[in-house]
Amino acid sequence: MIPLLGISTQALFGQLLLGLINGAFYALLSLGLAVIFGMLNIINFAHGALYMVGAFCAYFLLQLLGLNYWFALIISPIVVGALGMIIERTMLQRLAGLDHLYGLLLTFGLALIIQGVFQNYFGSSGLPYAIPRELSGGTNLGFMFLPNYRGWVIIFSLIVCLATWFIIEKTRLGAYLRAATENPALVRAFGINVPRMVTLTYGFGVGLAALAGVLAAPINQVRPLMGADFIIVVFAVVVIGGMGSILGSIITGFLLGLIEGLTKVFYPEASNTVIFVIMAIVLLVRPAGLFGRTA
Amino acid sequence: MSVDTASESITAPVEVAHPRDEQIAFLLMTLALIVAPLFAYPFFLMQALCFALFACAFNLLVGYVGLLSFGHAMFLGSAGYFSAHIAKVWGWPPELAIITAALGAGVIGIVTGALAIRRQGIYFSMITLALSQMIYFFCLQAPFTHGEDGIQAVPQGKMLGFINLSNQMILYYVVLAIFLFGFLAIHRIINSPFGEILKAIRENEPRAISLGYKTDRYKLAAFVLSATLVGLAGATKAIVAQNASLTDVHWSMSGEVVLMTLVGGLGTIFGPVLGAFVIVAMQNYLAGFGQWVTVIQGVIFVACVLAFRRGIVGEIAHMFKRSL
Repeated sequence: MIPLLGISTQALFGQLLLGLINGAFYALLSLGLAVIFGMLNIINFAHGALYMVGAFCAYFLLQLLGLNYWFALIISPIVVGALGMIIERTMLQRLAGLDHLYGLLLTFGLALIIQGVFQNYFGSSGLPYAIPRELSGGTNLGFMFLPNYRGWVIIFSLIVCLATWFIIEKTRLGAYLRAATENPALVRAFGINVPRMVTLTYGFGVGLAALAGVLAAPINQVRPLMGADFIIVVFAVVVIGGMGSILGSIITGFLLGLIEGLTKVFYPEASNTVIFVIMAIVLLVRPAGLFGRTA
Repeated sequence: MSVDTASESITAPVEVAHPRDEQIAFLLMTLALIVAPLFAYPFFLMQALCFALFACAFNLLVGYVGLLSFGHAMFLGSAGYFSAHIAKVWGWPPELAIITAALGAGVIGIVTGALAIRRQGIYFSMITLALSQMIYFFCLQAPFTHGEDGIQAVPQGKMLGFINLSNQMILYYVVLAIFLFGFLAIHRIINSPFGEILKAIRENEPRAISLGYKTDRYKLAAFVLSATLVGLAGATKAIVAQNASLTDVHWSMSGEVVLMTLVGGLGTIFGPVLGAFVIVAMQNYLAGFGQWVTVIQGVIFVACVLAFRRGIVGEIAHMFKRSL
């Protein structure tokens, strides 16, 4: 073990790994927010609550139906995505043409409802969710010990992020999406059902949040408020990255997770606030965000 | 509500101002508040008045400049800590504690406002929320706030040396005077030439810029005024409740003030006051229901946004084609 600046490499890499995992969640959540913002022009305040619902969904699947982690990884995003589509169809769609801030107020109200209901039935304490058998244990990488599950979270979320980027930037469906973002009226004139695309986009965005929730369940416990404070940090990540670019959201998410991990090693008192401080600096230097387009 | 074709601003354009109606409504409100302690607990009324001032100051920003701050709890909570600390540890008289704390909130407003106004719309809301979360963590960790315990047993003392604030009735009328001062100050601001420019920025910022106004300065000035008045409410609240705690800095408090203003009527003069009384009363009556209060608040949020965007006072004003 070689000490570096008085800190053992084991501790340093351990915190960097935790940072990368948080970064993976930041990336998945801010990606969902960016996709939704692109189509609906609203910021989805219920994102943190739906991330929590995703984790609870995995918990219920295991407890009530005996379906394990791998089923949850597929079913939970579908269930939450369907819930999101219902929300979009019944409520968000009515706000079309109104000030975008109404969307924020509505989704904030939804977040209060969802979190309040779960808090009533499950209190504030966490429910345990075991790491799947296939991914328990760890691997010795020589310079550090890597728990297999954590490695899986990083690699899998990276794959999901890149797949999302590929769909939006490189496929025909993505081209429709990007066109509808620029000029929905014209895309409709070509016979493409834009309202249905908007609904599907919202469902896809919150599905990503649910996926992050399932991934988080074995690491952080399943708690009703697990998304409440987390989503505020994700908002700061979104401000730092700017919502203009998909790849930008992914890079910013992972990068800020790493920085947060480093802060935990060198100056733990600031680990809660470092992302907000970076946000303030970015606002001073580059108000549109690192990857944002200037309005 | 009919289907709106044009993009409806968060505050629908108000009807023509009728100063006489506003005067009558103001007199009625003041009279009602003067006799209110005969019918309700003074402590409840004082809480509601502090929240009413909080909501009015918040409304100054969202209703008249069109900036939806989701972090106003940072001014309420930090001013509460300031005034509690000044009154308890430094032993200053209450009037100096309240004024200093309000100015302290104004200073925080200068720093956070200068950052937040660099972006518009949704980004502005996210930035204010993130900054207030930063202040929350600061309050959680700073030694003088006593973390989870908060500052307790704050002395009420004697205002100006002879007004004994430990008497509930005297305290009530002092709080009422502070509230009316803040309310009239906001009324003065929105009806001044400065206020007209704020409304112009709300309606069409590029146009205001093209007319030569440095809109960033106006927005920052409005932000700081709002922060200071919220600070006045928070500082008074700490003296009334004799404590300052993390509840007042938490993001849920920022959400509550949005709800109060939304229920009463965004961009109306009297709406935030009524909204604050409605929400505080609801919380008092439903205190036994635990977390269901949060759920009910969420339902009110959703209902207001979907079907009741003008709020109570806004609907009344619309019915009579008046501005209130």
